[in-house]
Amino acid sequence: MDQIVNAPKALPSYLDQTPAVRDRFGRLKNREVILRVDGLGKTFSSRQGTTVALRNISFQTHRREFLVIVGPSGCGKSTLIRILAGLDMQTGGQVLLEGKPVAGPGRDRGMVFQGYTLFPWLTVKKNVMFGLEVNGAGTSQAESEALQWLQLIGLEKFTEAYPHQLSGGMKQRVAIARALATQPRILLMDEPFGALDAQTRCRMQAHLLEIWRKIDVTIVFITHDLDEAIYLADRILVMKAHPGEVQELIEVPVPRPRDPDQFISDSFLATKARLEEMIYSAHGEAEEEEEAYPMVARLTAVGDDVE
Amino acid sequence: MLKQLSSREKRVLGIFSFVLPLLIWCAVSYLPFVWHPQMLITEAGDVDYFQPGMRVGRDVFESEYEAAKSAGKAVPAGVPANPIYLPAPDQVFTAFYTAFTMPPEARDAPRLHQSLWHSVQVIFCGFAISSAIGVPLGILCGAVARVSRLSEPFIEFFRYLPAPAFGALAVAILGIYDGPKVAIIVIGTLFQQVLIVANTTRKLDFALIEAALTLGTRNAKLLSRVVIPGILPDLYRDQRILLGWAWTYLIVAELIGTTSGITWFITQQARYQHFPNVYAAIFLIGIIGLGTDMVLAALGRRLFPWDRPTAKG
Ligand SMILES: Nc1ncnc2c1ncn2[C@@H]1O[C@H](COP(=O)(O)OP(=O)(O)O)[C@@H](O)[C@H]1O
Ligand SMILES: [Mg+2]
Repeated sequence: MDQIVNAPKALPSYLDQTPAVRDRFGRLKNREVILRVDGLGKTFSSRQGTTVALRNISFQTHRREFLVIVGPSGCGKSTLIRILAGLDMQTGGQVLLEGKPVAGPGRDRGMVFQGYTLFPWLTVKKNVMFGLEVNGAGTSQAESEALQWLQLIGLEKFTEAYPHQLSGGMKQRVAIARALATQPRILLMDEPFGALDAQTRCRMQAHLLEIWRKIDVTIVFITHDLDEAIYLADRILVMKAHPGEVQELIEVPVPRPRDPDQFISDSFLATKARLEEMIYSAHGEAEEEEEAYPMVARLTAVGDDVE
Repeated sequence: MLKQLSSREKRVLGIFSFVLPLLIWCAVSYLPFVWHPQMLITEAGDVDYFQPGMRVGRDVFESEYEAAKSAGKAVPAGVPANPIYLPAPDQVFTAFYTAFTMPPEARDAPRLHQSLWHSVQVIFCGFAISSAIGVPLGILCGAVARVSRLSEPFIEFFRYLPAPAFGALAVAILGIYDGPKVAIIVIGTLFQQVLIVANTTRKLDFALIEAALTLGTRNAKLLSRVVIPGILPDLYRDQRILLGWAWTYLIVAELIGTTSGITWFITQQARYQHFPNVYAAIFLIGIIGLGTDMVLAALGRRLFPWDRPTAKG
C-alpha cells in the first residue's frame, strides 16, 4: 500500500490538453494576429567585436493573447522587447503590428519596465494622465479617464501621492495603469515584478490577470521565473542564449481561470518540468563558456561547522 | 564612511563650526599672551618719536624702555597689542552696528548698505543675463547631441579665459560704469553655467525618456514635459552654486572702470586704516551669500516636494 502511495506519479505530457483547453487555443488562434515577428535579428557591434544577441526570431501573437517569454539571462529577452517597443532597431527581419512595420516607439505599444520609471515630479494621477495629455486629450477628459484607471488598479486613495511615497508593488501598478491609459494594442512588460518580494509579486500576478480579463489588450511579458510564466501565460516562448534563438513555443495546458492552487496540478508540473529541461540544459552549455565559480576558502576554525 | 547624524547633532555641529573660529579670534584678540607682537603706547615717556596711540614692535619698545631706564629718563608705557589690521571682535561688531546707525564721516560718502545694494544689483543683473542664455543653451546641449558638439568645444575653451582679463575690453566697449562690471560677472558665470547645466541634463535617467517615448511623446513635448521637469531640482541646485560663484567675481568686477559698490567701500575704509569697517563689510558679503543660499534651499524644498529627501543640498 505504502509503496503505491509514495511512488512518484508519472506526469502527463505537457502537450496533453483537455478538450476545454484545446478549444480555448482554437478560439485564440482564430482571433486576428496582432503582432508578427519575422526572422528578427540583432547584432551589437562594439570595439570588442560583435555580439549576436538575437538570431532569426519568428513568432506571432493573437489579439488578447497572454504571451510570456522565458529564457536564461543574457538570451536577448530585453533586446527583443525593446525592439518590439521601438526603443532599439533590429539589424535584420521585421516586426509587424497589425500588419504595419514598427518604426520607433509609439502609443500603440505600451511598456512597463523592470526599473521604476514613473515620473517622480508628477503625482500618481498626473502620471496616468501623462500619455493621454501628450496625445492631445484635454485635461478634464484625461483626469476622468485617469481616475477610472486608478480605480481599476485599486489605487484611487493615492491619486495625489508622489511616486516616492509608494511601495514597489504600487509603483508597478501605476506604471501598468499609465501604460494602459493610452489604450495600446499591445502591452510589453520586461520583468515588471522582478524587483518585488514573493508575496507582493503573487498579488501583482493575480492583479494583472484580472486587468487583462477586463480589457482588450495583448500582453507580451518577460520573466525568468518559470512559475510566473506558467501561471500567467497562454503560450510561452522559450529562448536560448548565445545566440538568442527561439527554442519552442509552448501552449500552456493549465486551464483558465488560473489560481495559485494550480501550482501543484499535473499539467502545471508537466509544463514546468519541460521548461526546466530546456532552460537548464541550455544553461549548462552556456555556463561552460563562462568562468567557473572560484572555491571559497575556509574562513572559520576547523570543527566550527554549520552542516 | 559618513555616518548619519541626527538633525539635532547636525544643528549643534553647525553652530560650533561658527563658534570655533570665533573663539580662536577672541583668544588671539583678548589674551595678551597669545601673539600680540606689538605694543600700543599709552605714555611716550622721554622717547622722542613715541606717541600715545602708536604701535611699535615689542623688541623696539623693550630696547627703548631699557635705554630710557639706564639713562635715567622717563620710561615709556604701553600695553601688548595686535597689529592694526587685526581688530578685535567687539571693534568689528561695533563697526558693523555703527555702519547701519551712524552717518558716515565723509559727507557725501555712500553708506555701507547703499554700497552693498549697488553690488547686489550688479550681481543680480549679471546672473540674470547669464542664466537667460546659459540655462536654455545648457539644456539644449544636454538634450540634443548636435547642439552639444557644435557649442561645447568652444565653450570649454572659453571658460579657461579668466574673466577679469576682459576688464579693459569691457570698459572700452561698455563705458566705465556698471556695464563692464555686469559683463565680467556674465563672462565669469555663463560658460561654466552652460557646461554644468548640460551635464545635469545628461544625467537625467534615460529610462524616464524611454518611458515617455513609449507613451507617444515626441520632440518638443519630450523637452518640455520630461527633460525640463525631470532636471528641475538639480538645475535649481546648480543655480544656487553658480550664484555663489557669481559673488566671487564681484570684487574683481567692481574694481573695473570706476570702483563701486561694496568694493569701493572696502578700499576706502582700508585706505583710512578703518580695518573694523573693512571686516564688517567682508563679513556682510558672507552673511548675505550664506543667507540667500539658505533661503533658496528652503524654497527649493517647498518647490520640489517630490525631490528625493536624501539628495537635498
Ligand atoms: N547595448 C548593448 N551593446 C552590446 N551588447 C549588448 C547590448 N545590450 C545587450 N547586449 C548583449 O546582448 C545579449 C542579450 O542581452 P539582454 O537582451 O539584456 O538579455 P536578457 O534580457 O535576456 O537577460 C547579452 O549577451 C548582452 O551582453
Ligand atoms: Mg533583461
